[in-house]
Amino acid sequence: MKNILEIKNLKVNLKEENKQILKGINLEIKPGEVHALMGPNGAGKSTLAKVLFDHPSFELTDGRMIFDGREINALSTTERAQLGMFLAFQTPEELSGITVSSFLRSAYNALRKAHDPDFKEVRAFQFKKILEEKMAELKFNPEFADRYINEGFSGGEKKKAEILQLAVLEPKLAVLDEIDSGLDVDAMKLVSEGVNKLIKKGLSVLIVTHYQRILDYIKPDYVHVIIDGQIAETGGPELAKKLETEGFKLD
Amino acid sequence: MSHIFDKLNRETFDHKNKADYAKTAQVGLTENLVRQISAEKNEPRWMLDIRLKGLELFDQLPLPDYGPDLSQLEFDKIIYYAKPADAKNTTSWDEVPEDIKQTFEKLGIPEAERQMLAGAGAQYEAATVYHNLKEQWTKQGVIFEDMDTAVQKYPDLVKKHYMKQCVPVNLHKFTALHAAVWSGGTFLYIPKGVKVDQPMQAYFRMNAKNMGQFEHTLIIIENEAEGHYIEGCSAPKYGSSSLHAGCVEIFVGDNARFRYSSVENWSRDTYNLNTKRSLVGKNSFMEWVGGNLGSGVTMLYPCSVLKGEGGRADHLGIAFAGPGQNQDTGAKVIHAAPRTTSNIVMKSLSKGDGLSVYRGLVHVAPQAENAKVNVNCDALLLSPKSKSDTIPVMNIQNPKTQVAHEATTGKISEDKIFYLMSRGLSEGQAQGMVVNGFIEPIIKELPLEYAVEMNRLISLEMEGSVG
Repeated sequence: MKNILEIKNLKVNLKEENKQILKGINLEIKPGEVHALMGPNGAGKSTLAKVLFDHPSFELTDGRMIFDGREINALSTTERAQLGMFLAFQTPEELSGITVSSFLRSAYNALRKAHDPDFKEVRAFQFKKILEEKMAELKFNPEFADRYINEGFSGGEKKKAEILQLAVLEPKLAVLDEIDSGLDVDAMKLVSEGVNKLIKKGLSVLIVTHYQRILDYIKPDYVHVIIDGQIAETGGPELAKKLETEGFKLD
Repeated sequence: MSHIFDKLNRETFDHKNKADYAKTAQVGLTENLVRQISAEKNEPRWMLDIRLKGLELFDQLPLPDYGPDLSQLEFDKIIYYAKPADAKNTTSWDEVPEDIKQTFEKLGIPEAERQMLAGAGAQYEAATVYHNLKEQWTKQGVIFEDMDTAVQKYPDLVKKHYMKQCVPVNLHKFTALHAAVWSGGTFLYIPKGVKVDQPMQAYFRMNAKNMGQFEHTLIIIENEAEGHYIEGCSAPKYGSSSLHAGCVEIFVGDNARFRYSSVENWSRDTYNLNTKRSLVGKNSFMEWVGGNLGSGVTMLYPCSVLKGEGGRADHLGIAFAGPGQNQDTGAKVIHAAPRTTSNIVMKSLSKGDGLSVYRGLVHVAPQAENAKVNVNCDALLLSPKSKSDTIPVMNIQNPKTQVAHEATTGKISEDKIFYLMSRGLSEGQAQGMVVNGFIEPIIKELPLEYAVEMNRLISLEMEGSVG
């Protein structure tokens, strides 16, 4: 089976400081798999998540990233999203004046159009139905659709909103950058249910996290430990539990 | 349901009709021309006198000593008056001449009239071509007429208000010019106690090369009356300069409410030097909601004079300066009575090497006790060479005044663009979205079609598909 994501010997610098953060990452994810990436602060977890999407702060110095059989090194953030990649942000941006519904409708139309140039853009009232359904599943108050995206949202609401976007846009691969931070148990359950539903439909997931707890809800097939820019260890779900008790070995 | 501005793009605005009539009109400003205009309109003597006074003052008054450079304006090369030969004022859309109709059909006017609004007047060059007012308003004594006709039909009402206490002829060089050559425009009168809840609109357009637009809008809102009037402007692109020196005078009585909305989108080579002012009575509420795009040079500072106790004025505006443009806009509020309130919210954008300037003046007179002032001006710079300036002047002459002032200037954050692009939007779309969010507080106050138009126009400017 072809990999949905392949990372080969990836080396990445932080542009501003010209400092190497990733020192040769290798990773393979097959369609439908859930991989967890864990590690101490500064190890490079979030960097990897961002680099997969061509974040402007980072520079690739070596290696390749291949998504769904296609090398994406030279592709823009937009193009990567259009291929079917999605990033749930650790700190989602607040966009004043832009409502959740108008933002999502634009993204929805943009993504569909990228696949099918003849795609007829969805109108506001048609999209409303799609959105309302997904919002109900995540137990969002319907009035959220008219709120300015992430403005005034609590930490938990911001994370839920990321998953709402995931549910609406239906990508092939979702990279969840610390989706569990700031979540109480109820929110964690809702978020996990949302993600699991999509996994059942074939979504592949790379979940970046500090803490083991989320992995009780979103069960990983593989757990990778990243320390100082390299993957130190790979194992099954039990590895996460081991890290919880033993901590990250920083030797 | 399709939006009336769905098919709108820059080409729509830049479509030119044959302007044969302009070839025969004279160039430059002379006393002869002024008398000719007055005679053709069969105006009463008092109106001719005002025109002649304006001509005299125009020669004497200097160009403004602030703001954009106007030295390239060639007054003697401008056509100040031209009338499409076959146009006469009509009340039914079917009677309007075909090519004139086409221009307005392209700009979506008749649909707007049919669908939502109380009545639509349309101005083409110097003649007002189409005017209609829903019967229910006429029955209540509401007058919505073109200005030329109003001078004939309601001379006393017009004479009492025209260019006296609101915008006097000698206010500055361009009000004087306006007084001399004005033609067309809208007259709106809402009698005491009448509340018109549907917005009323007019639409202006300049066509022939070097045309000047000098329409006069006179609005009288009696005590306890309410209304909402919308103006939109457009002109095709031409090589040499066009001049727009219009005038809007609004009288708001006591315990009354009025909103004046406008979307101005003149072509790149236009000088838009417009004068708009309102006198606001006791406990009344005057709202200005405006969008300014297009034109090469704009100087526009709508002014509210809060002369009645408890009066309030809100000024909400968006200015967009694209490459080569100089948008010098803002607001003026004069607090001349106690317990008056002003609220100014201005959003300006500049792209390419465009310059967008907020120039404001809030004056609180000594007798204006317990006034409240709020000024909020934000500027967004979209390109490395974009420029923005904020010149908010406050003359507070009463110590019991509450003043709040906030100004921000900045670029679009890279993080926000990255976030939007990660959802599949192109960089251009992402910037457009951030811009839409930036202007949203103003846009949401515009009636739907104008909101749609504003958003479309700004998107076009953003995409750089404009000149």
